[in-house]
Amino acid sequence: MRLFNRPVLIATLTTAVLALPGCGAGAPAGDDGTTLIITANAISGGKNSVSAEWIKQWVIPRFEAAQKAAGRDVHVLFQPNGVGDEQYKTKMALDLKSKTGADVLDLDGIWVGEFAQAGYVKPLTEVGGAAVESWEGWKQIPQAVQGLGIFDGKKYGLPQGTDGRVLYYNKELFKKAGLPEPWQPKSWQEILDAGAALKKLPGVTPIQINAGTAMGEATAMQGALPLLAGTGTEIYANGKWTGSSQGVRDVLEFYRQIYAGGLGDPKLQQEAKGRDKSFAEFADGRIGILAEGDYFWRAVIDPKAGVAPMADRDQVVGYAKIPAMRPGTGIRGQDFVSMSGGGVSVLNPFSKHPQQAWELLSFMFSAEAVKAQLAGAARVTSRSDVNTEVLADDPMLSFVSEEILPITAYRPGLAVYPQVSAALQEATADVVSGKTSEEAATAYRAKVEGLVGGPGNVAN
Amino acid sequence: MSMDAAGLGRGRAVAFALPALVLIGVFLIFPAIWTIYLGLTDYRLTGLTAADPRLVGAGNYMTALGDGRFRNSLWLTVQFVLGSAIIGQAGLGFALAWTMRDRRGPVRRVVEALVLLSWILPGSVVAFLWIALLDRDGGTLNALLGTPGAAWLLDHPMLSIIVFNTWRGTAFSMMLYSAALENVPPSHLETARLAGASPLQQLRDVVLPRIKGHVLTNVLLTSLWTFNDFTPFLLTAGGPEGRSEVLPVYIYNVALRGGQLGFGAAISFLVLLINLVFALAYLRLLRDRREVPG
Repeated sequence: MRLFNRPVLIATLTTAVLALPGCGAGAPAGDDGTTLIITANAISGGKNSVSAEWIKQWVIPRFEAAQKAAGRDVHVLFQPNGVGDEQYKTKMALDLKSKTGADVLDLDGIWVGEFAQAGYVKPLTEVGGAAVESWEGWKQIPQAVQGLGIFDGKKYGLPQGTDGRVLYYNKELFKKAGLPEPWQPKSWQEILDAGAALKKLPGVTPIQINAGTAMGEATAMQGALPLLAGTGTEIYANGKWTGSSQGVRDVLEFYRQIYAGGLGDPKLQQEAKGRDKSFAEFADGRIGILAEGDYFWRAVIDPKAGVAPMADRDQVVGYAKIPAMRPGTGIRGQDFVSMSGGGVSVLNPFSKHPQQAWELLSFMFSAEAVKAQLAGAARVTSRSDVNTEVLADDPMLSFVSEEILPITAYRPGLAVYPQVSAALQEATADVVSGKTSEEAATAYRAKVEGLVGGPGNVAN
Repeated sequence: MSMDAAGLGRGRAVAFALPALVLIGVFLIFPAIWTIYLGLTDYRLTGLTAADPRLVGAGNYMTALGDGRFRNSLWLTVQFVLGSAIIGQAGLGFALAWTMRDRRGPVRRVVEALVLLSWILPGSVVAFLWIALLDRDGGTLNALLGTPGAAWLLDHPMLSIIVFNTWRGTAFSMMLYSAALENVPPSHLETARLAGASPLQQLRDVVLPRIKGHVLTNVLLTSLWTFNDFTPFLLTAGGPEGRSEVLPVYIYNVALRGGQLGFGAAISFLVLLINLVFALAYLRLLRDRREVPG
């Protein structure tokens, strides 16, 4: 009798176990109110700590209070992340693919196209409804900046601002090496010359320009693409991707001169945490010249909020425009170049409360909220009304806004771009690890042809 | 009457088998078939083919076999299994068990506790410890060896993950061999010793024939686990530039970090085929052990 009952018991238990996961689905239950979730690649005390604090300390209590005043019971939760950009991207893609995830989430502007093509994000008006178009903020965001969140002519996200790339240098090391201050190189050769002078200082890595695949997109944005722009070449122009063009070979040769010539630390490029280590080394006064975006100034070496804070940042750190290979060889015949990008905030099209999610998102982009996010620091935000107020106090950010943005360039918003970028990262890794620039360029061309649908889509 | 009994027996058999069949079907067979299907498509994590994947037939397999990165990864995995599972875990585990076999009391207990500690700690915790140990800036190993700035994870990535995984997995082998050695009657060893057999001869002629089954089981299991081990990702993420990108890490890097889900599925299926060889060898071994009494 006992034996006879056991299969029934097992079958019952199995059914119960199999049915259990179904019970956990859906939003946190337990009260009548609406729960909204915000996520970002930000975490208190770590990556983008200021944003995480702002969401927790400012956005959530104020938004909840405003909703309560309007007679609605809304709870907002923050899901922090403090991971590499690529891991964050994977997580967001998997969340949206499974039609779950936060209601409001941050994406890099360059991902908008591929997320839209996959159906993971939808135009804001489709999700948030009519309230989106009538939002007051649109007229404060310049058209060029709105472009960060636009794909195929439709607005998918609210741009958080834009940025620019410069060469940071350590004034104290420059002084010791007998280099001028202020410093503004006018060609790549002048960067190499400064590197050679810095090399004489013990324990100092003269130049740090991101390379290799461990750095991911940072290699493209802080290194390969601005350099490529300095040769007058765009990675994608007139419907074709650049192959093993002279520009690509020049860029790879410049990398080779730095890393094979002992002016850069190739190991820093290969470590999984290499970029963070280079930040720490610069803050310690162990790197002479470092190519980075203004993110570095405001989120890395910021004396108060940075992850590698420099108490004497304003006295010690100088910044210069990135020169073209030679004067006048940059894109549009420029002497100096930069690349820009920026984050956008999007709505989850699978949100259970899309209208409330839009209310939350637009609340986060109100002038008051954007100002609060800056927490006294300066940043090139997407809102003109905020910029005029806050940039005046920060010479570096004013420099980016006035000198860099007019000469900058943007990456192509095409879904295949991240793979082309990865091929370019591999090419830089090849030269850093000892291959010739010709070999690396040839391998790069072959990879790009495979990625973009054959040699017909590749220019020489 | 007999018909009823047979019917009842069949019913019982089905009732017994059903839960297992459901579990196997839902968690093993369906995902496996789905993976094989995905491996035939150009499915990606983002972009147009995420929404609308196309069948590419054997395209992913041709790409994989022609891809230097895949072959590199396969070769690194072979090194990982040989170095870490066979020489490291199985070899060191046996050596430890052999050394400890006659010992009782505190020495044995301390050694066992230390070795076991590595086994009960989660892989992510162990990886974190080893990163701290091997780090080039302020790493404990550099402080101990007096080699400041030596970048172990970068200059010797495979050696680092082999040593790391050996440390993690030796406890299992040691425990298995300790149990096996308990079954070797001391009198046999004593007889061999009196007959003038050297320790090596005792090991070869008396001990190994008696624990052959344990050795094979151990080598097969540690090889299988190591072949599929993902924790090297936590140490090096496959870097620098693919020099420690063993197969599971390679699959993760192409499928999830690179977003090539179809391609990743194809490689996963190739790995599944290789695993089947291990599994069949293991099943064969179990069957042989059952057939040979004693």
